[in-house]
Amino acid sequence: MINPHGGELIDRNMEGPARERLAVDPQDIPVFDIDNDIASDLQNIADGNYSPLTGFMTRNDYDNVLEHMRLENDVPWTIPIILPVPEGAVSAGEGDDLILRHNGRNMAVMKIEEEFELDPARHSQAVFGTTDPEHPGVAVVNEYGKRVLGGEIWLLNEMESPFPTYHLKPAETRVLFQERGWETVVAFQTRNPPHVGHEYLQKTALTMTDGLLINPVIGRKKQGDFTDRVILDSYDALIDHYYPKDRVVLSTLQMVMRYAGPREAIHHSIIRKNFGCTHFIVGRDHAGVGNYYEPFAAQEIFSEFADLEIKPFFFRSFKYCHACMSVVNEKTCPHPDEKITNFAGTMVRKIVNEGAIPPPEMMRAEVAEVIKAAEVPFVQ
Amino acid sequence: MTDNGDKKYSTISIPKPLFDKIKGRIDGTGFNSVSSYVTYVLRQVISQDEPKDEGDVFSKEDEEKIKERLRSLGYLD
Ligand SMILES: [Zn+2]
Repeated sequence: MINPHGGELIDRNMEGPARERLAVDPQDIPVFDIDNDIASDLQNIADGNYSPLTGFMTRNDYDNVLEHMRLENDVPWTIPIILPVPEGAVSAGEGDDLILRHNGRNMAVMKIEEEFELDPARHSQAVFGTTDPEHPGVAVVNEYGKRVLGGEIWLLNEMESPFPTYHLKPAETRVLFQERGWETVVAFQTRNPPHVGHEYLQKTALTMTDGLLINPVIGRKKQGDFTDRVILDSYDALIDHYYPKDRVVLSTLQMVMRYAGPREAIHHSIIRKNFGCTHFIVGRDHAGVGNYYEPFAAQEIFSEFADLEIKPFFFRSFKYCHACMSVVNEKTCPHPDEKITNFAGTMVRKIVNEGAIPPPEMMRAEVAEVIKAAEVPFVQ
Repeated sequence: MTDNGDKKYSTISIPKPLFDKIKGRIDGTGFNSVSSYVTYVLRQVISQDEPKDEGDVFSKEDEEKIKERLRSLGYLD
């Protein structure tokens, strides 16, 4: 099985009497309230999704990630995982413990190893390639507190998962893949209900591997994005009717999207490597937003990492060709535009607004029915 | 970074003809120096050399607990 990133699968779930005490009573330790974004990073650190990270980044790792896309010890890492706090919000300093509280529960205890100052423009330029405040990732960074706390964490209470039965940790997926006898596993990340193009892409990848992990990112979304419920239900319908069950796993990843394009594609593949996947599907404009990134920049960046170990599968965009009578891309089909139908997002809007079920070559009827039946298909 | 920049890199020696060969080879590639090429190749070789995870990182007890959860969720029969 592929090694966890950096060599060791991290588990920072605290156990024993100290946990039981701190989980309910912070005693004299200062408390800082964290939002959902930080809480999901915290959970991902504790569960080993972010192996080899054992806490929020200290300055050397942070600087190295910004400048060289690697941790200080040369392990590839592209997205800063930091704890920014507003000036004056935390009385604790270097060497002190800090309780991180989420929704009123003591979620973790952190040992503050180091604090440093955030330069939002430098951060955004490095991570997003822009400081444009319209960029949704930049906008979030601009709201960050300017003081950054780094240090190891121990989890006291898990973040509530909206879909606990779909929530698998790396330790669990690794045992699962091993039990199924999969040596090669390709991961597909998604934020959308599947159309036939997605199915074709996944099955093309699965042709070359033993198993497929469909891994929707759930959590905070933009207005107009599909709800997590619709994404999961539509995949359940698709898998139920069209996938061999012993070759596919559907589980969620609770994490905030940064819209960092190429850098985020590397980040996403590192997490799937920790899940035990050997391959990762990277399509057009992966983790992109607007026109901030070149369409294939998220594929090209992989050539800078000889030591990532998880291998990317690059795909162009798929379309349906009425002459070929199949899903195609520009490499596989010679026909002119009038023979081609794109898998447009507007197709799904039509289902919702007009109740129109798309033709079967665009979307499976079972999937369309799920979307049509959903009370709240989009984030309001 | 500049203040401790020189601590982050080491100089190593390679035969001059090899250096010249690499220099000729990297023209028109994404590599902007012999150093960046050599770093790339070494990282690749080193990562392929890592001993592989043989699936024995979990204790038998932990593994049974995980399997129990996977069964209860329907991921395993
Ligand atoms: Zn065609």
